[in-house]
Amino acid sequence: MKQISVFLENRPGSLFLVLKKLKELKVNLRAMSLADTAEFGVLRFIVDQPEVLIEKLKQEKFAATLTEVLAVGVEDRPGGLCDVIEILTQAEISVEYLYAFVVPSKEEAYVVLRVENLEKATALLKEKGITILDKIPV
Amino acid sequence: MEITIWDEYYELLPRKELEKIQLNRLKRTLIRAYHNLPYYRHKLEAEGIDIHRFKTMQDLKHLPFTCKEDLRRAYPFGAIAEPLRNIVRIHSSSGSTGSATVVGYTAGDIEIWAELMARTLTGSGASEEDIVQVAFGYGLFTGGLGAHYGAERIGATVVPMSTGNTARQVQILQDFNISVLCCTPSYALYLAEVAQEQKVDWSKTRFRIGIFGAEPWSEEMRADLEQKLPIQAFDIYGLSEIIGPGVGFECQARAGLHVSEDHFIPEIINPDTGEVLPPGETGELVITTITKEGTPVIRYRTGDVSSLIPEPCACGRTLTRIKRIKARTDDMLIIRGVNVYPSQIESALLSFKELEPHYQIVITKENFMDRVDIKVEVAPEFFSDEVKTLEKLKQSIEEKLRAELNIHCHLRLMEPKSIERTSGKSNRVVDLRKKEGLT
Repeated sequence: MKQISVFLENRPGSLFLVLKKLKELKVNLRAMSLADTAEFGVLRFIVDQPEVLIEKLKQEKFAATLTEVLAVGVEDRPGGLCDVIEILTQAEISVEYLYAFVVPSKEEAYVVLRVENLEKATALLKEKGITILDKIPV
Repeated sequence: MEITIWDEYYELLPRKELEKIQLNRLKRTLIRAYHNLPYYRHKLEAEGIDIHRFKTMQDLKHLPFTCKEDLRRAYPFGAIAEPLRNIVRIHSSSGSTGSATVVGYTAGDIEIWAELMARTLTGSGASEEDIVQVAFGYGLFTGGLGAHYGAERIGATVVPMSTGNTARQVQILQDFNISVLCCTPSYALYLAEVAQEQKVDWSKTRFRIGIFGAEPWSEEMRADLEQKLPIQAFDIYGLSEIIGPGVGFECQARAGLHVSEDHFIPEIINPDTGEVLPPGETGELVITTITKEGTPVIRYRTGDVSSLIPEPCACGRTLTRIKRIKARTDDMLIIRGVNVYPSQIESALLSFKELEPHYQIVITKENFMDRVDIKVEVAPEFFSDEVKTLEKLKQSIEEKLRAELNIHCHLRLMEPKSIERTSGKSNRVVDLRKKEGLT
């Protein structure tokens, strides 16, 4: 699945500017996370048509990039995420970052993962019967 | 390399003949200055110098300097050596670093200025076949009208845009088949950015030459401009106190700027002692005008850091060259006791492809220590999604700066287009220490 990341300066209003642009473009955020350091932040999010949106953002001169990430279904129970991470840990695949989201109509929870070796991780998780999403279900 | 020369007589004059002409013109200028410029006569008298005993070029180094401050004190017309009825034009410096200086031009000065800018434009390969967009400011600033008269002199078609309205500038550049652009390098960069947003297809334009000046810029900036625009970029040098643009220009060899020595005598001095330095050594550029009637200046301290290149140029011109101006003596920052020129910072930043050439240097005091913050924009196409990659980038830039400057700078990565763009001279250095020091 493709995720969009936008570079933000750590100052009041920079998040607002991106969100305002998304509102103007009538883009619905399906999942998102905001990472920050003392000086800058990275806003990451999933939308329905990332390839279309990224071009529009670049035209507006946002520092934005597309990243291939893994979105997996996780059983909504204690230890659900732990079981997924365990599979990756055993294969010594490290996780750069992750964030979770839910879809009201579904019973599973979902986790977006950025991992070192995407192909290997995908194959491994599939093999263990974990749901891998191509896009976010409605 | 095709060599084009505007004035084949003066630009190729054997040095011996040139020096004879210089001495004659210099003597005449001194006599006029003595009689018509009270501020300079006072300097001569204070040092007991009798200009009528001025014999050889060697005597030049004993004459007193003219400083910007002398011209400021002469505001408004005290530095003009002719009755105002003989003055046909007045220009004035912006006064951005103090009160304004005023220069007056006779009809003869305007004529010489057009010739100098004709040499400049021809030196870059421009000709009557070209369409020249002048995006220097028109007005009291000398850039616009200077380039304008020169372009008309060579018979080119002139489009007098002045500064501002960048979207329109980009449109005209395409619609009018512009082949030559004259502006500040920072404005050219901004124009390139706007053109890129508008997805301009350069292959459909005739744009080929950029003539940039009015602020110091680096070789790295030149490479960047030539990559973003379909041009060869040429550096020009000038200052309103001397005549405006046209004092120095790059020929096709682009190895230093030729100074029209039939009108100006350049010297390089040690800015601290005032002593003249031998060719090749770096110091402050000092210029004496030897044909100017309206506002002649003798040994004017430009504040620009350069050196003379004594070797003959590949283009065949006998006119001496000065090295590209990378800094001004008053640009020099002293940070924790270390001398730093903003151009050094620019060079270091532009060596990273992940950065845009838009930056600002802010200097403050923190616990009685100088602190340097550098804001620089990240290039959208090199932005990484991962925080650790960005942090690593920041770190490697800071390391590079430390290696080049011997001081630690705090780098701040900025969003694209967040640093203010200017159409004139850019304000890249903000030194807040002086203000704080007063409180």
